[in-house]
Amino acid sequence: MNAYLLPLTGGVLLGLSAMWLLLSLGRIAGISGIAWGSLAGPERLWRTLFLVGLLLGGLLTHNVIGQPVPAESTAPLWLIVTSGLLVGLGTRMGGGCTSGHGVCGLGRRSPRSLVATLTFMTLGVITVLVMQSLMGGAV
Amino acid sequence: MRAWPALISGVLFGLGLTLSGMSDPAKVLGFLNITGAWIPDLIFVMGGAVVVTFLITPLVTAREAPLLASTFSLPGKQLLDRRLVGGAVLFGIGWGLSGYCPGPALVSLLYGYESTVVFCLAMFAGMALEGPLSRLFAPS
Repeated sequence: MNAYLLPLTGGVLLGLSAMWLLLSLGRIAGISGIAWGSLAGPERLWRTLFLVGLLLGGLLTHNVIGQPVPAESTAPLWLIVTSGLLVGLGTRMGGGCTSGHGVCGLGRRSPRSLVATLTFMTLGVITVLVMQSLMGGAV
Repeated sequence: MRAWPALISGVLFGLGLTLSGMSDPAKVLGFLNITGAWIPDLIFVMGGAVVVTFLITPLVTAREAPLLASTFSLPGKQLLDRRLVGGAVLFGIGWGLSGYCPGPALVSLLYGYESTVVFCLAMFAGMALEGPLSRLFAPS
């Protein structure tokens, strides 16, 4: 099987998920916003159901379709904590993440989302390059 | 507004993230690591997703209203501002440190790994801190 068939299929499913949410409820499938809104409200119910579905989707992939579970990150916990804090802070401040700005925003032809997506992609690449040189390729 | 359609959307999203391999932080870091043994998977994931949203979004938003809600709730901001770029910078750095962004991290809670639980707790803490920190540093 072509090695890129699963990534492509998964990507199409992400797009269809976003389009169903837009068509049915008129909402953007932005995970950082949905996750925060499920705790902080308002309208917690649909957001919570989305997150329950997210986990069910993962269960389907690994327990029904039988795709292997990925290995745990090898990063030390202090790095994981720093990473999580920055991801939470940055996605709230910038109004979205890979899904809201990337998948949905680019589809809406939003200039803000294009700028955000190019910015976080670039910073992701730079960060990995810096970590590689600092930690001698241990990442 | 009805809520059940969000469950279907969530299932599709969870399927997409895990089938595509994006719940594996090593694959995401392998994509961002352009000078190493580059893993192009994320291009196919984003490409597949954006082709779908790019083609279908205009058809959906041309409707007067969604099927099961009274109005579309879309971001109204048009202008670029410091919060958008600053937030994307911080998010990009955080993403590159671990290979986790919010969706993959949340679905990875299924795996029961200590690192994903810690990541998600830290992420929610970061989200909660955003308001107070932004007020603290806001130019007045």
